[in-house]
Amino acid sequence: MASPYSTARRAVAASLLVLGLAACGGGTTGTSTGTGSTADPAKPAEKITLTIGLFGDFGFKPLYEEFKKTHPNVEIVERVTQFNDHHNNLIKRLATNAGAADVEAVEVGYISTFTSQPAKFHNLKEFGLDKRQADYLEWKWAQGVSKDGSTIMGLGTDVGGLAMCYRKDLFEKAGLPTNRDEVAALWPTWEQYIETGKKFSAANVAGAKFVDSPGEIFRAMVNQAPTGLYDANDTIIVDSNPDVKKAWDLSNAISQNNLSAKLAAFSPPWNTGFAKGSFATIICPAWMTGFIQEQAKDATGKWDIATVPGGSGNSGGSHLMLPKMGKHPKEAAELIDFLTSKENQAKVFKEEGTFPSIPALYDDPSIQSFTKPFFGDAPIGKIYSDAAKALKPQHLGPKEADVRTAIGNGLGRVEQGKQSPDESWAQVLEDVKKIK
Amino acid sequence: MTTRAPEVMRAVKSEPGRHRPKGRLSHSLDMKASPYAYVAPFFLLFCAFGLFPLIYTAWVSLHEWTLTSDEHTFIGLDNFSTLFGDDYFWNATFNTLSIGIISTVPQLVLAIWLAHLLNRPLKAQTFFRITMLVPNVTSVVAVVVIFSQLFGRDYGVINWVIGLVGVEPIAWHEGTASSHVAISVMIMWRWTGYNALIFLAAMQAVPKELYEAATIDGASSFKQLRKITIPMIKPTIIFVVIVSTIGAMQIMAEPLLFGQTSGGGVASGGPDRQFQTLSLYVYEVGFTSFDFGYASAASWVMFLFVLIAAGINYLLTRRMGGALK
Repeated sequence: MASPYSTARRAVAASLLVLGLAACGGGTTGTSTGTGSTADPAKPAEKITLTIGLFGDFGFKPLYEEFKKTHPNVEIVERVTQFNDHHNNLIKRLATNAGAADVEAVEVGYISTFTSQPAKFHNLKEFGLDKRQADYLEWKWAQGVSKDGSTIMGLGTDVGGLAMCYRKDLFEKAGLPTNRDEVAALWPTWEQYIETGKKFSAANVAGAKFVDSPGEIFRAMVNQAPTGLYDANDTIIVDSNPDVKKAWDLSNAISQNNLSAKLAAFSPPWNTGFAKGSFATIICPAWMTGFIQEQAKDATGKWDIATVPGGSGNSGGSHLMLPKMGKHPKEAAELIDFLTSKENQAKVFKEEGTFPSIPALYDDPSIQSFTKPFFGDAPIGKIYSDAAKALKPQHLGPKEADVRTAIGNGLGRVEQGKQSPDESWAQVLEDVKKIK
Repeated sequence: MTTRAPEVMRAVKSEPGRHRPKGRLSHSLDMKASPYAYVAPFFLLFCAFGLFPLIYTAWVSLHEWTLTSDEHTFIGLDNFSTLFGDDYFWNATFNTLSIGIISTVPQLVLAIWLAHLLNRPLKAQTFFRITMLVPNVTSVVAVVVIFSQLFGRDYGVINWVIGLVGVEPIAWHEGTASSHVAISVMIMWRWTGYNALIFLAAMQAVPKELYEAATIDGASSFKQLRKITIPMIKPTIIFVVIVSTIGAMQIMAEPLLFGQTSGGGVASGGPDRQFQTLSLYVYEVGFTSFDFGYASAASWVMFLFVLIAAGINYLLTRRMGGALK
C-alpha cells in the first residue's frame, strides 16, 4: 500500500521540480523583456487580432496591409461565410452574446434587423465617426443609424446602383444590336425588356436563355419603386403594394415565356452558367460586375453593360458595424473608418467593382473615366455614377430578407411549373403573414 | 467485498485518525465507487448534452419563445396544436418517410448481398472490405457537392448518360420523386458499405458446418443466403434496421446542401419544399426564423415519430425469417 503512494509523491515532487525549473526559465526571459520594455517607452502596443466577418470577397485584403502600416500591432483576420449563414449567425451571436467578430459586415437586406438592436452595438459617435456623415449619401448614412436616431451603428461600404449586363456574342447570334446605347434603347421599361427576351428566344440560340432566373430581377424591380416590401412604419405591405404585385407578374412573365435558364442565383450551377454562357442578360448591381469577372474568367470582352429597364434603383450594398462584445472597439472603429474612407472606397471599386457610397467620388475624374477591358471597356465608372446619382432611397424593414425568401420560393414554384402564378401568390401571402 | 465491509466500518468508528485503516477505507471506497467514476464521464456528458436539452426543449416548446426577444410567454400546448395543422410540417413528414424508405430498403438489401459476396474466400479480402468503408469516411458535404453536380440538370453526368439512350434530361432537384431519388442515392452511397461490413462481421460468426451441410444437400448460394445466413444474423439485421431507421428520420445535411442548387430559401428544401425533411424543417423554423418554441415542439413530435418508426420496424424485422429456430 505504501509504495504506490511514495511513487506518487516522488512523481509529484519531480513534476513540481520541472515546473519550478520552467518557472525559473520563464522568469529569466520575463525579466529580460521586462527590462527592455521599461527602457524603451516607444515600444509598440500589445499585439491584438481583429476579426472581420464578411459574406464574400469585399476586396479589403490589400487594404489590411496598409492599415498595418499605421497600426503595426494589429493583425486582421477575415471570417467569410455564405450570405444567409453570415447574417443568421450574427443574429444568433448577438442574442447569445458570444462569438461575433470585432467588425461585422451587414447587407442592406438585413440592416434593419440590426439597427433595431442598438444596445448590442457600439455607438460609432463615441469614436468620433459622426464626422463622416458629410461624406455619405444621405440615405446610405441614415440606413446605418438606429431607428430613434440616437446611435450611429454602421458606416456604409458600397451601394448597388443598378445596370443590366449582357453577352454581346449571344446578342449578336440572336440578331440583336450589341452596342450598349442601342441595347439600352431596346428596354426603357421592363415590358420592353421581356419583349426583347421573346425576340432572343425566337432566334433559338443554342444553349442560352435570355435571363439567369427571375429572382434577382424581381428584387431590382421592387427596389425601383418608391416603397417596397415595407411601409415607413415597418408594416409588411406585400399584399397591398401594387408595385410589388406588378414586379411579381413581370417576373413570372419571364418564367412563363420560357426566357429563364432556371439557374438559382449564387448556386453552383449558376456559377457554371457564367462560364458556359447559359444566359444572355443578368441584372447587374455594381457589385455583380466583380462577380461576373470572377466566374466567367474566359469571357473577357464578351460581356458589356447597359442601363437597366425601369429607371434607376439600388440593389444591395453593405455597412460595417461594431458589435459590443468585441475586445478592441477603438482599433476596430479605426479599421471601419479606414475601410470606408473615400480613398479606399475608390480603390475597392476599381478592383472589385463595388460602387462607393460617397457622392464626392461620383464626379471624380478617376472614377468617371474608369473603364474595364473585361466589359469591353464599358465606362463602368460613368454608368454606375449616373445610376447612383439618380437613386431614390427606399425604406427597408426588419424582416426584409425573410419576406424576400418567401417571395423567392413563390417565384421558384412558378418557374419550376409547380403552381400557377395565382396559386403561388396566395401561398406567398400566407407565408408572409407568418413572418414575425 | 462483503466480508470486509463491517471491518471497515469498525475502523471508521474506532480509529478514525490512524493511517492504516484509512488506507483500507479508501481502498474499499475505491472498489465501490470507482466503477461509477469510470462510467460517470459518459453519463455526465449525456446529461449535459442529451438529457438536459431533451427536457429543456420540452419546456421551451410550451412557450412563445423566439431568439430575438427576452420575453417567453407560457402558452401551453398551442405550439403543438398549430403544428398539427401545419401543412409544411406534414409535407416534411411525408418527405422524410419517402426518402427514408427509398434510401433504406435498397440499401439494406444491397448491403446483405455485398456482405454475402465478401463472405467467401477472396483474394485481397482486406482491400475489398476497406474499400467498402471509404464512402463512409468521406465528408457528407463533399459527397453532396459532388452528387449535386452528377445530378445537375444542364451539365450533370447522369443526365448525359441517360441522354445517350435518348431520355430527356431530368431536372432532378425540381420534382418531388426525382429529388427524393437523388438524395436517397447520396445516403445509400455513404451507408451501404458500412452496413455491409456489420453484416459481414455477423456472417462470419455463422458456423461453417451449416453451409457445408447445405452444399452437400445441393442448396444454391442464394438459397443458403435466404435459409441460413439471414435467419442466423437476425439480431444484427434488427440492429441495423433500427439504426438506419433512426438515421433516415434525421436526414438533414443532404437536402440542405442539395437545396443550394435549387433556389428558394436556404432551408426550404426547394421552392415548393419538395425535399424538405423534418430535421430541415426544424432547422428552418429554429435557425432561420428563430422561433425556438415552435421548433422545439416540432423536434419533440419528430422524436416521437422516430420512436414509432423504430418500434414498427423492430416488430416487422422480428417477424421476418423466423424459419431457423
